[in-house]
Amino acid sequence: MLNNLVEIVISILLVVLALLATSSKSMMKTVMFLSALSMLAVVAFVIMQAPDVAVTEAVIGSGLVTSLFVFTLLSARKVVGKQ
Amino acid sequence: MKQILSLMLVTVLGLLIIVSLDGNPLYVDYGDAQAANRISTRFIRRDVNGGNQAVWFGVSEDLESGPANIVTAIVADYRSFDTLGEVTVLFVSSLGVALLLGTLTTKRMELEFHPNFMLRVGSRALFGIILMTGVYIILHGHLTPGGGFPGGTMIASSILLLYLSDDQFRTKVKSFKVLESIAGSLYVVLGLVGLFAFDYFLVNFLDNGVLGELFSAGIIPIVYVLIGLKVGSEISGIIDHFLTEEGA
Repeated sequence: MLNNLVEIVISILLVVLALLATSSKSMMKTVMFLSALSMLAVVAFVIMQAPDVAVTEAVIGSGLVTSLFVFTLLSARKVVGKQ
Repeated sequence: MKQILSLMLVTVLGLLIIVSLDGNPLYVDYGDAQAANRISTRFIRRDVNGGNQAVWFGVSEDLESGPANIVTAIVADYRSFDTLGEVTVLFVSSLGVALLLGTLTTKRMELEFHPNFMLRVGSRALFGIILMTGVYIILHGHLTPGGGFPGGTMIASSILLLYLSDDQFRTKVKSFKVLESIAGSLYVVLGLVGLFAFDYFLVNFLDNGVLGELFSAGIIPIVYVLIGLKVGSEISGIIDHFLTEEGA
């Protein structure tokens, strides 16, 4: 029952975070919401007994891709600031 | 208007998925699945002598698929050629990044963000821990979840941490490129050894050993170490391209 409740809460939060990521105005906030989305997806993968996918998602989804997005946004902002 | 339309489209698609899965004989109800009849169980239990007994961790010998992690058995043994294709996809993507962002003379990109002393020293301490976790995940890819791809990405993340915390830091990109090409070529050479000396391409020609030991599962740990080195150096190169710009 408790396990089931956790699954339901996580799936609702996943949808909510995805909607927030698509609808927020600031790009940086979108990146942060996507990072939180992948972090919750890791928990969902562990519950669904797919630890291999969970490890990959934790490293790539919430670590590497987020920081690359942040750096790209920072450098794009720098170029915009110069003009 | 557009939002209502997209909501309706998503609802229709979701209903379509639910209707097609409901009552489908391939997807039995929760709790009714017969795990003993699945074809995967027969593959897990099969050994090289044609037997089909229960598998015990640390006891079973001469299994057809050596690794304790069955995902690894599929990724690096049964479908190793597919993994070679994945590595090639990653290589092509890093080549694309190099073509788009690479310049002759490079320097670190100057951002409006300068890390202080504490961040620099703290990240140096964290760097070792993340690097060792990545190496652990690569080396134990045939025993625990993980393997070459996540482990290599973790190594690249530790390099990224150094880039984050020090605005003068550069890795030795040239040696990373050499390492990447050597690891990728050795993977193909390993497959060719299987093709010419044994039966077919990328065959697991070493002894499988006892299930669950570090030195077991034949060539799978070697393949995973090569993949980990290749992925780690490749993504480190991509990160370096992202964080540098033209200039002396």
